Amino acid sequence: MQKLGDFKLPHFFNYPPYFTLQPVRDTREKQVQVWKELILDYCRTQKIFVIGLEEDFPLFSNPVIERSLSHEAREAFISALVSEAGRAEWLGKGHRKCLILWHRIQDWADIILRFVKDNGLEDSVITVEEMRSGVECRGTELHGIDRAILMRALRLLEQKGKLAIFKGTSADDEGVKFSM
Amino acid sequence: MGGQWLSTVEQTSSGRPVFLPNEIECSLVSAVDLECEDLPSFPSLKSGLLILTTHRLIWLPPDTSSTSTTSSAVAVPLSSVSHIFSAKKSLKAIFHSPRIRFQASLFHEPGSNPEPGPRSIVVTIVVRGKGDCDAFLGKFWESWRGRAWESEVSGPVRGEDLGSGSGTRSGSGFYTKEGAVRMVGVSGILRKEQEMWESTDKSLQEAFQDLNALMSKAKEMVMLAEKMRQKLLSGSNSQTGSTNDDELGSKEEMQDWLLSVGIISPVTKESAGALYHQQLSRQLADFVKIPLDRAGGMINLIDVYCLFNRARGTELISPEDLLQACSLWEKFDVPVMLRKFDSGVMVIQNKSHSDEEVFVRIKALVTNPDALRTGISASDAAITLGIAPAMAKEHLLTAESKGLLCRDISPDGFRFYINLFPEINQDDVYLVKDHGIYSTWVRVASVS
Repeated sequence: MQKLGDFKLPHFFNYPPYFTLQPVRDTREKQVQVWKELILDYCRTQKIFVIGLEEDFPLFSNPVIERSLSHEAREAFISALVSEAGRAEWLGKGHRKCLILWHRIQDWADIILRFVKDNGLEDSVITVEEMRSGVECRGTELHGIDRAILMRALRLLEQKGKLAIFKGTSADDEGVKFSM
Repeated sequence: MGGQWLSTVEQTSSGRPVFLPNEIECSLVSAVDLECEDLPSFPSLKSGLLILTTHRLIWLPPDTSSTSTTSSAVAVPLSSVSHIFSAKKSLKAIFHSPRIRFQASLFHEPGSNPEPGPRSIVVTIVVRGKGDCDAFLGKFWESWRGRAWESEVSGPVRGEDLGSGSGTRSGSGFYTKEGAVRMVGVSGILRKEQEMWESTDKSLQEAFQDLNALMSKAKEMVMLAEKMRQKLLSGSNSQTGSTNDDELGSKEEMQDWLLSVGIISPVTKESAGALYHQQLSRQLADFVKIPLDRAGGMINLIDVYCLFNRARGTELISPEDLLQACSLWEKFDVPVMLRKFDSGVMVIQNKSHSDEEVFVRIKALVTNPDALRTGISASDAAITLGIAPAMAKEHLLTAESKGLLCRDISPDGFRFYINLFPEINQDDVYLVKDHGIYSTWVRVASVS
């Protein structure tokens, strides 16, 4: 099986038509579906949170069969992800960068809650930075999470009253107090 | 030479006869004698080369004889042949050399002893050599019946070598006996061109005289046609509901009458188009059968336009005429039809043509190991299907739209593969079933 880094590639990654945007509706739908899955899978395993359409995203080309997705194709597949509620969002104006939510915000919120429970942090305070790079989060999904995504998940939980976010002494020293 | 019955033949320096304008050789037989029992003064022509042309029977003396010999090249104009006898099958004939006899009306060169005027004599061609007598006889008939010499009679007088053939044209020099100019050499060609222009000019002038007369009549015709048209139009408008049969009958008669005069009636235009288009439509349907079979059942409309016009030679049809003729086919029962593809390409195809059958063949082509690995291009399909590449591409695109194929566009070109997308499992993208086209493809693709 072919690999991209340590990511196992499915067989159809070597199927040339996979890299050409199909015009026939039914075929296109299938193609889009499969690409969405693949993008999400890859990002999840490689912990990629942002895709730049104009950058060399390794998934978008296959040197073995000498094919790569055209810009139009990339935009088509990413847009399809964006259309699927909660899976991806365009960053800024112009479709150049996209935030990939291979875990939905809600899923991240659940992961945070589990993290809190597992580490007995129900009544503690922890900085945002510690949550994503501290000792406790090593080995968990929170490790290396995109800061913006983390903030959004936290804010979601704040709305639900599970925690409170407060500003620390410096700009990137925000803290979280859980009250679960 | 005594007894000049046959016309002399001019020869080139290499011994070939000088042919008349438009004269074409048809057949040659060697070792031939020409004999004539009726005339004692007939020359002795033995073992020569007999050349049948569209205009004459030329007898050339054998090569071994020198220039000053008893016999020289002679010819019998086919125009003077009155009858050709069929081959006699007798016991004697088996042992003798094959013979062909014909009857000709020959003139005697004036100035000799016997009385002037034509004499009908029978000449015998004796084939002493190995020539095929029957074949020659056949060709002799053809050339004689072809009467190629007659088409030139109406033209201007030319210098021919039929010295004593008709008696009035003889001698050499720039002017013939009648005083008309001889056509020889480059000046002859130029002169001929000139005369052709002058005669064309004259006939055109005459034609226009008639045309002027016609135009004045045409005015009356146009007024009459207008009246008819009004009548027809008012007739169809007054009946808002159903028309009874009588009314319909007379109206149809009127339409037919107008059509036969060549005027397009507006009512007819809506329904079937002018008579011209109907006839054209039928003619086109007949014509297109053979090219269609040769092209594998489907031809581009542009190609038909070129083929049809080339075949017609004159009275070329416009693209609009062609399109209209094709669209009329719906109304007749013809085995061909016009088809427009999504891409805009229009083709003519046999009604019996089956898309399904083509798809089966495409599928077979695209699932063989090489095609699984590298796909197929329109040219590959064209070779396999036996049709033009442009047609093949249309078929491939149609197959794609049906979900049979999918496209691969790359610097290598525009290729098609068997559609594997339906085989990919949504829930487990790594899953490949043991049997089926997907697993075959995986096996084949991983070889490279």
